[in-house]
Amino acid sequence: MNGVHDMGGMDGFGKVEAEPNEPMFHEQWEGRVLALVRAMGAAGAFNIDTSRFYREALPPHVYLSSSYYKKWLLGLEDLLVDKGFVDADEVKAGHALKETKAPRRGKFTADQVERIMVRGAFGRPAPAPAKFKAGDRVRARNIHPATHTRLPRYVRGHVGIVERDHGCHVFPDSASMEAGENPQWLYTVVFDSAELWGADADPTVKISIDAFEPYLEPI
Amino acid sequence: MAQDHDHPHDDDHHHDHEHGSELSEMQIRVRALESILTEKGYVEPAALDAIIEAYETKIGPHNGARVVAKAWTDPAFRQALLKDATKAIGTLGHVSRVGDHLVAVENTAERHNMVVCTLCSCYPWEMLGLPPVWYKAAPYRSRAVKDPRGVLADFGVTLPSDTEIRVWDSTAETRFLVLPMRPNGTEGWSEQQLAELVTRDSMIGTGFPKAPGSPS
Repeated sequence: MNGVHDMGGMDGFGKVEAEPNEPMFHEQWEGRVLALVRAMGAAGAFNIDTSRFYREALPPHVYLSSSYYKKWLLGLEDLLVDKGFVDADEVKAGHALKETKAPRRGKFTADQVERIMVRGAFGRPAPAPAKFKAGDRVRARNIHPATHTRLPRYVRGHVGIVERDHGCHVFPDSASMEAGENPQWLYTVVFDSAELWGADADPTVKISIDAFEPYLEPI
Repeated sequence: MAQDHDHPHDDDHHHDHEHGSELSEMQIRVRALESILTEKGYVEPAALDAIIEAYETKIGPHNGARVVAKAWTDPAFRQALLKDATKAIGTLGHVSRVGDHLVAVENTAERHNMVVCTLCSCYPWEMLGLPPVWYKAAPYRSRAVKDPRGVLADFGVTLPSDTEIRVWDSTAETRFLVLPMRPNGTEGWSEQQLAELVTRDSMIGTGFPKAPGSPS
């Protein structure tokens, strides 16, 4: 979706301000939110792409004015209600009030924590041969799906070079909609700065994205 | 970590809730959701405690720093790391395990690498810990791909004007770790000594390793 989360190349957000000796969490509840999202994901309530989609789908003014973990909480609440794991009345009441759908892997317990501290594996067997190889010139498709995609706006329609082939991976555009993993080839595609930002761009800069094959067309 | 302490009101960081109540709106809201999910039997508080503890103790930039220091001292490991970082790190044993498709990208005199996630907050957290707020915030995500030299200037970092800058936008489940250049004056240093020079930002590409003899 063409949301405000897709920030690459936007102006006006100001300087990057790093906080010296930043704590891992600024508020105690931030850690709880992170843990709730990880636990419910591991329990099988949702996949990582669906949870990202729900954060992106927050209204633009809410997305831009909420802290990082507040976005995580708001996205989690919306997702759990939409998918039927929690009822909206329960969120209001702050207590369980009725029978709802349970996550598919059941309760997330403390003995499973070690497992989730290594990132999941998203590589999958290839359903078809790769269409592109390193060195190929490709154009990022001019597509604007209203749902989740990992093709940022700032590269759409632009020409780059395939640099690396990462094999086949779960396709977020499908997985986010719970439409299956639909594995696709994944490539690092590199763009010259002038191709993306025009003739005045810094000529020493190159930018790459990791692009799934359906995002690309041959030229 | 204590579950019941109220957050301090005397610090100066930004809040997006009203002050004046014992429990912030966000604390109440998060506790409510935790209660619902616990009562339903989907999660247990002890598991949430254990997740937070794991993030606080098991991961952090010390993991990445050991990998970088190893690459600086062991040419065969450096080559293996650049070829397949997940596999290479898997051979170290003493460093925390790392998920699939970690890609190490090497800084040289000719090329500087910088990592961003313009769409959200993708970050090699097993190697670097949870990302800092600036990495997840709009200024960095918006400008890193369009004006990386300007962003580096915000960090007080200046590169020669002819150095190529390569920005890696983490748009998939691949993760990128910058292998910074080894500081001069560290000949003969041990891996452990070298690891102490490796900063988190030097592995994101928004900083350099510390110089030998600089205050830690």
